[in-house]
Amino acid sequence: MHVPDGFLNVSTSIATGVVSIGVVGYALRRVRAEMTEAAAPLAGLTAAFVFAVQMLNFPVGIGTSGHLMGGALAAALVGPWMAVIVVAVVLAVQALLFADGGITALGSNVLLIGIVTVAVGYAVSRLVVAALPRRALSAAPAAAIGALISVPAAALVFVGLYAVGGATELPLDRLAQYMLGWHTLIGVGEAVITGLTVAAVAATRPDLVHLARGARRTLVVTAPDGTTSTVTSSRSEDVRPATPRVGRRTAAIALVVSLALAGIVSGFASANPDGLEYVAESLGFIDEAQDSAVAGGPLSDYGLRGIDNPYLSTGLAGVIGVLVVVGLGILIARLSLRASDPDPDPEVERIDSSV
Amino acid sequence: MGAGHSHGTGSVSDGLFVHRHTVVHRLPAETKLVSLVVFVLVVVSTPREQVWAFGAFAVVLAVVVALARLRPGLVLRRMVIEVPFLVFALLLPFVALGERIDLGPVSVSAPGLLGAFNIVAKGTLGVVAAIVLSATTRPRDLVLGLQRLRVPTLLVTIISFMIRYLDVIVDDMRRMRVAREARGFEARHIGHIPVLARSAGALFVRSYERGERVYLAMVSRGFNGALPMLRARVTVAADWAGAAVLPATAGVIAVVAHSLGDLTAVTLGS
Repeated sequence: MHVPDGFLNVSTSIATGVVSIGVVGYALRRVRAEMTEAAAPLAGLTAAFVFAVQMLNFPVGIGTSGHLMGGALAAALVGPWMAVIVVAVVLAVQALLFADGGITALGSNVLLIGIVTVAVGYAVSRLVVAALPRRALSAAPAAAIGALISVPAAALVFVGLYAVGGATELPLDRLAQYMLGWHTLIGVGEAVITGLTVAAVAATRPDLVHLARGARRTLVVTAPDGTTSTVTSSRSEDVRPATPRVGRRTAAIALVVSLALAGIVSGFASANPDGLEYVAESLGFIDEAQDSAVAGGPLSDYGLRGIDNPYLSTGLAGVIGVLVVVGLGILIARLSLRASDPDPDPEVERIDSSV
Repeated sequence: MGAGHSHGTGSVSDGLFVHRHTVVHRLPAETKLVSLVVFVLVVVSTPREQVWAFGAFAVVLAVVVALARLRPGLVLRRMVIEVPFLVFALLLPFVALGERIDLGPVSVSAPGLLGAFNIVAKGTLGVVAAIVLSATTRPRDLVLGLQRLRVPTLLVTIISFMIRYLDVIVDDMRRMRVAREARGFEARHIGHIPVLARSAGALFVRSYERGERVYLAMVSRGFNGALPMLRARVTVAADWAGAAVLPATAGVIAVVAHSLGDLTAVTLGS
């Protein structure tokens, strides 16, 4: 599942690296704000667990065996931010200590296996767990369905990366078919193992399952004289300190730099065809290449239709692209913040000690 | 999933380290890390039509392997990790788009053939370069190197905790396997998966609880979030120069390859 060196071109590898560094950096801030100095030992030991559990071979029949990838499992057990860090650390250690997974492809691997599987797996699990009864064991089927969907989702993102920066032109529909088919099978295995593992943890230490946090109930104790007292469940969402914010100044500088790069520098970027186009041209098969579905769109080939000055056209297209991406980012952030508001309706567990 | 990992015998947390006293082993970890990343970037950006360049990269890398006194057999054994991608590469000539050429009884795609070569060559060079780093650098030195490269302290601390406790967790897992086998259990078919999953769940609880105990023990001894790291020795300019030899040589090869590529393009164009 690890992408090796040479699969994706240099610019794609660097771009995925930058995205991964950004997400892991943000996850580090979130985790440090949430658990202060306990973060390091807990994340470190969880990473060692994920590494070890990948060495556990599960029989899949006819003499073959497979192992867990663990993105969705880590998200269900320790929460999405810590899971991103844990999987990224496991991938980095595998690449640097065991030469497993490409060095320049580390960014792509963290994006695919760390970020996409964790994000998709956790989002789906949260949706499912909301529809199930509020019990710790509900986390198990929810995590399984999250895992089931997270693996083909990562495969689809890989196909997308390959479409942007694949080293050799492939029929993308066939690549997508092959990747989806194969990874749906892998996803079924991942789902079974993830669900059973979460169930095993939820049976003994439900408090350790991040996904089952909403299931903690308020304890009502009835004394012999009939008076009742309540012990509210301490949910970590309730004691979480304010979300760390990116300063306005930092955000403004980042936006200005992005706009400057996209609007001005891109106009002076190499006008020569990129590697793939060059190979295609020199081998004479560029005519066979099909343009993508948005080829006729207003921003196709990174230029604006109807503007003749090539520098102005490319620059404007770049600026619009950056603004669209920033807008989408803000939209997704707003939606996810709304989704993570704690549920104000905890069920109540009653204990009658009057008998 | 795919084939199972096997990371050799002995202590897992040693990675692929092979103890030797060579000039490659003595270089500080951060110089080797930067050298490795630049080398692989140069290799990946070299145009694939310049087949000779990859031969030249391989020769340069072979010299480094020899300098580090790593046995070729050892490097070859550890290259097994790329086998799944060799399978993918072998499929490429048959499924890729483009001009078809006849190769014996079958017709294959010419760009696919070049693409297969591209993946095999770049992937192999990347794996061998990474093997050289991991075989010549102790994991704890690698952590030190990451810290000197200004990787965030929290991330470095997490990585060092992971490496430090890897053997303990793997041993925990091994003890559970011994316990299962002592009771006559052997995972043979799909029906046995729940047993293994329960072991995995128990392993998580044990690992996490160990993390909590380690944290409390460290807090009671004054831990404030960062591990103190001792500097083994100061990195000097000569170290950086020594480590730069590999990427610099590769850079020269790549520049020649690029200009030859342009030359061919001009000749073809005129």
